[in-house]
Amino acid sequence: MNYFEELNKDYRFKEGFHTCINCGTCTAVCPAAEFYRYDPRKIVSIVQTRDNDAIEALLKSETIWYCGECMSCVTRCPRKNGPGLVVMALRDLSIRLGFFTESEKGRQIYPLTKALNGNVLNLGYCVHPETFTYRDHPESGPVFEWALAHKKDVYERLGANFGKEGPGALRKIPQEDLDELKAIYDVTGGTERLQLVEHYSKLKAEQMGMTMEEYTEYTFTHCSPGHFNDGQ
Amino acid sequence: MIYQGKQKIWSDYQKELPSDGWFYVRSCIRQSFFPGSEKYFLEICRDLLGHDIYESPHHTTCGGIAYHSDTIPQETAMTIVARQFALMTEAGYKNLVTSCITSFGNYTEILETWREYPELEARIRENLWKATRREFEKPEYLAHASDLVHKFRAEIGERAVHRLVDVRTGEPLRIVEHIGCHYSKMFPHKGIGGAEYPCVLSGMVESWGGEVIDYPERRHCCGFGFRQYLVKANRGYSVSNTHKKFESMEPYHPDAIITNCPGCPYFLDRWQYVISEQTGKTYGRGGYGIPVLTYEELAGLVLGYDPWDLGLQLHQVAVEPLLDKMGVDYDPDAKYLGLNKKDILRPGLPTVLKCC
Repeated sequence: MNYFEELNKDYRFKEGFHTCINCGTCTAVCPAAEFYRYDPRKIVSIVQTRDNDAIEALLKSETIWYCGECMSCVTRCPRKNGPGLVVMALRDLSIRLGFFTESEKGRQIYPLTKALNGNVLNLGYCVHPETFTYRDHPESGPVFEWALAHKKDVYERLGANFGKEGPGALRKIPQEDLDELKAIYDVTGGTERLQLVEHYSKLKAEQMGMTMEEYTEYTFTHCSPGHFNDGQ
Repeated sequence: MIYQGKQKIWSDYQKELPSDGWFYVRSCIRQSFFPGSEKYFLEICRDLLGHDIYESPHHTTCGGIAYHSDTIPQETAMTIVARQFALMTEAGYKNLVTSCITSFGNYTEILETWREYPELEARIRENLWKATRREFEKPEYLAHASDLVHKFRAEIGERAVHRLVDVRTGEPLRIVEHIGCHYSKMFPHKGIGGAEYPCVLSGMVESWGGEVIDYPERRHCCGFGFRQYLVKANRGYSVSNTHKKFESMEPYHPDAIITNCPGCPYFLDRWQYVISEQTGKTYGRGGYGIPVLTYEELAGLVLGYDPWDLGLQLHQVAVEPLLDKMGVDYDPDAKYLGLNKKDILRPGLPTVLKCC
């Protein structure tokens, strides 16, 4: 497969990739580059070489998963490139080819896919207090530990329509609307994407000698040394 | 009016928005962490000021967080948004206002991409028809909810019960404004003031009597980073970026921070708690943090609404120092009560960060 040609089919790549002058402005403003061993300039530069082996190495690397998609680079590039958009296209291709399981940060796609799309398809929103737990989010603080423990009362107090029919915050999304979301996933490749991620992740979990529960927990929580600029 | 020179450049970054006829779509994060903010956006703009803003119970997420976490294809995200447009069209509305900044960026990106690649828009229309039998018109105007509050800022200011002034000294309160990255970094001409000098929040602050603080990392991301926060193993990225902002703003002694993205106030609030637990450092005076408010919460305080009705008890950083400066009356004993004064206990206290 010619990876550059494949990337060039992605509308984000078409928009985000023009001739790069290697000035490094994107890296200078990048929130990820300050903390991770990450350099968006190099990513665009590698893609620009059209070297198939180098692009394949990128697709299997940790590097492409460090970006936070804040798109600060888009504002600053003097050539109207969007390294963040190039990264989105690289990630998409890495997932489609199953290369994402080759890197620790890439493997995190599995818990992310399960959690976010489970919420979308079951609750109608990407993030929802029904599945947001203090155990997974101790940074939400004692105030949110309390709020989650009393969520019906807390949300009712603040005027939400928690789990009920009709308009309002945190309302119950009617089943016919959730069915439409599912149909959209089926028609647009969303369902296929979920199955693909599941398939490659199962293979990787097997290779790592883990059950899927262990793999989910491990990919969600484990951070090996070597990702950060300070050597951590 | 004929604009020239700098005026001409500045005019490119203004948004002419209608006052009425808005179809409102909620935010995954704002409704979960700041439900009072969404309630009071409607209460203020629709019920108090009388503008036509409508919410359909059938709308859903735009899928933006799943999309920017790279878990769904672009066409899936686009077709979910197309369904929102269809609901807007069916309800007889022509303008769409989003509660979320990720959504605002997502809708903007989609409309801009379709403008450039009409064949993609045609495919999405086909997808939507196949999946739902729905059709849609594109919105004539797209706004973030903060754009509307900015538009109505003078009307709010005229009704102000409290101004952004320290009642003890008469000095303007010193406010840091933080704009969500996806508001205007991708498409600067879609945000009021662009990406360099966004004035959607500073305009509110100045209208209501406050002073906006300029500081070196004013435009730096809060550190959400989608997968960089959502995955537990990556949260060092998120807290490190917030830390960078606080270290940068600390010498300017802000009285409060105002934000327009739903995620930013959560991160700027909660990471202050985490930094205090990890390092013992707090950024406010006397062991408190710097209160971080949504623009709806700040507008609500200006208009004299009860802080606990607005939902300020869901912040980890105590807001009382700000309330005292503004001269807002509040009942400390009512802070954590449920509906009809129901006792639902109280949260535990952080180890370091002072709370009320």
